[in-house]
Amino acid sequence: MNAAAWFGVCGAALVGIGLYGLVINPDPLRKILAFNLVGSGVFLMFGVVAKRGAAAGLGGDPVPQALVITAIVVAFAATAMAVALLLRLFEATGEANLDSSVSGDAKGGDARC
Amino acid sequence: MLNAAGLADVTTGGAALVLSIVLPVAGIVLSLVLGGRRAERIALVLLPIGFAIASAIFVQVARGGHSLAYIVGGWAPPLGIVLRADGLSATMMMMTAVVICAIGVFAVADFRTSKDVFEARAPFAFWILLLAIWSAMNIIFVGGDLFTLYVALELLTFAAVPLVSLDGRAETLQAALRYLLFAILGAVFYLVGAVLLYGSYGTLDIAMLSERVRADPATIAAAALMTAGLLAKTALFPLHLWLPPAHAGAPAAASAMLSALVVKGSFFLLVRLWFDVMPGIPGAAGTQVLGAFGAAAILFGNVLALRQQRLKLLVAYSTVAQIGYLFLMFPLAFNTASSALESGNALTAGILQAVSHATAKGAMFMSAGLMYAALGHDRIAGITGVGRRLPMTVFAFALGGVSLIGLPPSGGFLAKWLLLDAAVGSGQWWWAATMLAGGLLTSGYMFLVLSRAMTPALDPVKLHATIPQYQQAAALALALCSLLLGLVAFSSFDVVQIGRPTAA
Amino acid sequence: MTTSLALDIGLAGLIFAIGTWTVFARDSLAAVIGFVGYGLLLAIIWVRLSAPDVALTEAAIGSGMTGMLLLGAAARLRPAGNQSTRTSLGGRFAIGVLCGMISAGLAIAILFPPESIPSLAPTVMQNLAPSGLGNPVAGVLFVFRALDTLLEKVVLILALLGVWSLATDRAWGGVPGLRIYLEPSNTLTFLAQLLPPVGIVVGVYMCWVGANVPGGAFQGGTVLAAMWLLVMIAGLRNVPPIDGFWLRFLLVIGPVIFLAIGLAGFVLADAFLAYPAGYAKPLIVAVEVALTLSIAVTLGMLGAGPPERSRHS
Repeated sequence: MNAAAWFGVCGAALVGIGLYGLVINPDPLRKILAFNLVGSGVFLMFGVVAKRGAAAGLGGDPVPQALVITAIVVAFAATAMAVALLLRLFEATGEANLDSSVSGDAKGGDARC
Repeated sequence: MLNAAGLADVTTGGAALVLSIVLPVAGIVLSLVLGGRRAERIALVLLPIGFAIASAIFVQVARGGHSLAYIVGGWAPPLGIVLRADGLSATMMMMTAVVICAIGVFAVADFRTSKDVFEARAPFAFWILLLAIWSAMNIIFVGGDLFTLYVALELLTFAAVPLVSLDGRAETLQAALRYLLFAILGAVFYLVGAVLLYGSYGTLDIAMLSERVRADPATIAAAALMTAGLLAKTALFPLHLWLPPAHAGAPAAASAMLSALVVKGSFFLLVRLWFDVMPGIPGAAGTQVLGAFGAAAILFGNVLALRQQRLKLLVAYSTVAQIGYLFLMFPLAFNTASSALESGNALTAGILQAVSHATAKGAMFMSAGLMYAALGHDRIAGITGVGRRLPMTVFAFALGGVSLIGLPPSGGFLAKWLLLDAAVGSGQWWWAATMLAGGLLTSGYMFLVLSRAMTPALDPVKLHATIPQYQQAAALALALCSLLLGLVAFSSFDVVQIGRPTAA
Repeated sequence: MTTSLALDIGLAGLIFAIGTWTVFARDSLAAVIGFVGYGLLLAIIWVRLSAPDVALTEAAIGSGMTGMLLLGAAARLRPAGNQSTRTSLGGRFAIGVLCGMISAGLAIAILFPPESIPSLAPTVMQNLAPSGLGNPVAGVLFVFRALDTLLEKVVLILALLGVWSLATDRAWGGVPGLRIYLEPSNTLTFLAQLLPPVGIVVGVYMCWVGANVPGGAFQGGTVLAAMWLLVMIAGLRNVPPIDGFWLRFLLVIGPVIFLAIGLAGFVLADAFLAYPAGYAKPLIVAVEVALTLSIAVTLGMLGAGPPERSRHS
């Protein structure tokens, strides 16, 4: 097994461990962190695919590399929005969790729609 | 299998595909820099233009009988990206245009920037997000490359999530965060599937993949993961938990967009994946599993809707149920002889269900929002007598319900009839039973709501706000669309079948 | 086993260990700090995978900007204890098994590539010359798959709008309350005076040179954004209010120029996002410069957060 294969397995393992962390951890911040782990695992797998496509004098296939760059930026945007939502939720309620204890659907709510 | 000959059709109509994406994007960018109530004006100007472009594409595909294509930058796949509009795309783009125009008109009253400020938060954000959703949906419908579709999915998510928390209440923030986490996880799963597909076949173009794909472990893993990710975004049972609070908590116009359009985006990608890229991969077992989840969604969603005390939550759970119908088309389109998914009546039925649900649900959320604004609450127990005060609104709600239940001549009726026909024809009677049960349950909660609304109240109902006629008219117009969709049975609704691969 | 293979295996194992630790660590702040280290190691792995552009992007955005956001959040959320219930042992076991199966499936898929590995590298190199670019990744990003890059920029802007929309109505148009989680100190002020000139030169260089060697708009823009954020956090510059015309202008200048050049392709070249022959490289560099500015402003404002105080207060 060459180096690329080892990195590929590492990427697959990171996806698994990140998914576990995302589902298990009740704290939204840890969920966001775990999501980044899953994302980086997927990108590593992309990188392995790129390395395997080394040809024409290049070290790797540039198409997957370009796709990873785009995906990193998109994943960052997702993290930024999630963190902003989380901080705003914390400010509004004083707690940072996703339990349904905050919802007020027992009452009718006032005319806001 | 799709052939790449679609690439030869780079007609002038192809440029319309680019415009359908680029115009809303230009609107977004211009609104940001010009600021203030110009965002609303730009959006309102783009509504008819976008509608015209969608109509042009639809007419061109329907008349021409073949798909449109556009090679972006002049670089053909596998190196570059192609935009393709077949009958499926054209139909969905038309649906999106109609729904967005109705919602745009409806939202003018709710998202007006007051005279004393240059720029207000909610209106400014809303109009830009409306354009973003339109642009993202159009890219999803015409995009021909799996990675472009990934970027489009993320664009759709980032347009939809702020809509959920637009009014700033704490529970909507929570719903938005939960939705975002589900959505980005789903997108990442979709991406990992795309990685595996590229690693095996060296391309992400849908047409080229459909030629090269074979059933090996990597492809099956890719199919499974991409499907799981897209199911999370489409809120199919059991991954539906994020949807009811998110759709119910958003402002009325936003809820309409979320239920009518956003969930159809990821659903459309699933259809592209299963019907176009890898029709032979899932096998009988895969389609039956998907159908089973759909059936569970129909039953659970409808039962939970019956138990709701708030109108918007009821409508949201009804969305969960109606999404289940969409997934019944997968086992019904499966041809055991060729062991592959076929684009026949079942596909038409599924798309018709998607379109009629979009118009019906849009109308219902708009009506529910109007009732909320008028009464100051949306408790179902307290909507007695609103039928007298807001007859158009309640009528629109009722017409939407007619399509959901599946009464003629609505689009919902035609879709369910086609699905029942396919179920009986292929001997899969269990789906037919589920659909009938679903129809009964839907009539149950529709009756609950409508009987309350139509009952004359003992005391005169006090309205908290005057409801403009045009808002009610917008809701009614959309509801009438869903009602009259069934009449397409009399024309040839083959538009969906244009550009479909013929049976192998 | 050669030393480089041993190094690679060690890197892979180390990164997996750190990743696992960030999932199970008790303290959120420690987990985030671990994540930043994880990101830097990941950048090294990208270099080992012969992807220097990706390594730069990962170090700058994946580890740097993401780490900054998460650190700020972890510091602010520290007082909140975690009162949520943990999943039962049975549930955790079931989910663990599911995740293990997914990992195993992915590992099998990646370990057994097809006999003839498909690659677009030869096609890219054949078609790169007319555009005048020397960096094949830049070629893919701006020539062959330019639509994806354009849409990605729109995604970034939309994320910023989404973050801004979380403000209260009163604070709209106002100044973001940049989470100053450090008391402005002499060290910080010193750093904020020393680093930005260097950082700006590095950022501009990375953008400029990205057409031929690893670098580019995203990497350069991120460095510029980081310098700007440093200066704002240290209090040397005020955080701008979000309705300022120049802020909005710089925000959209990148996609506007990209879109304009793309639409001009209808007339001057033969397709949307095609470049007229001979003018490809200067147009692409122009797009990259505009994009660098936009990305710098967007990422800086994403780090600053939603507006919190009205500009008139």
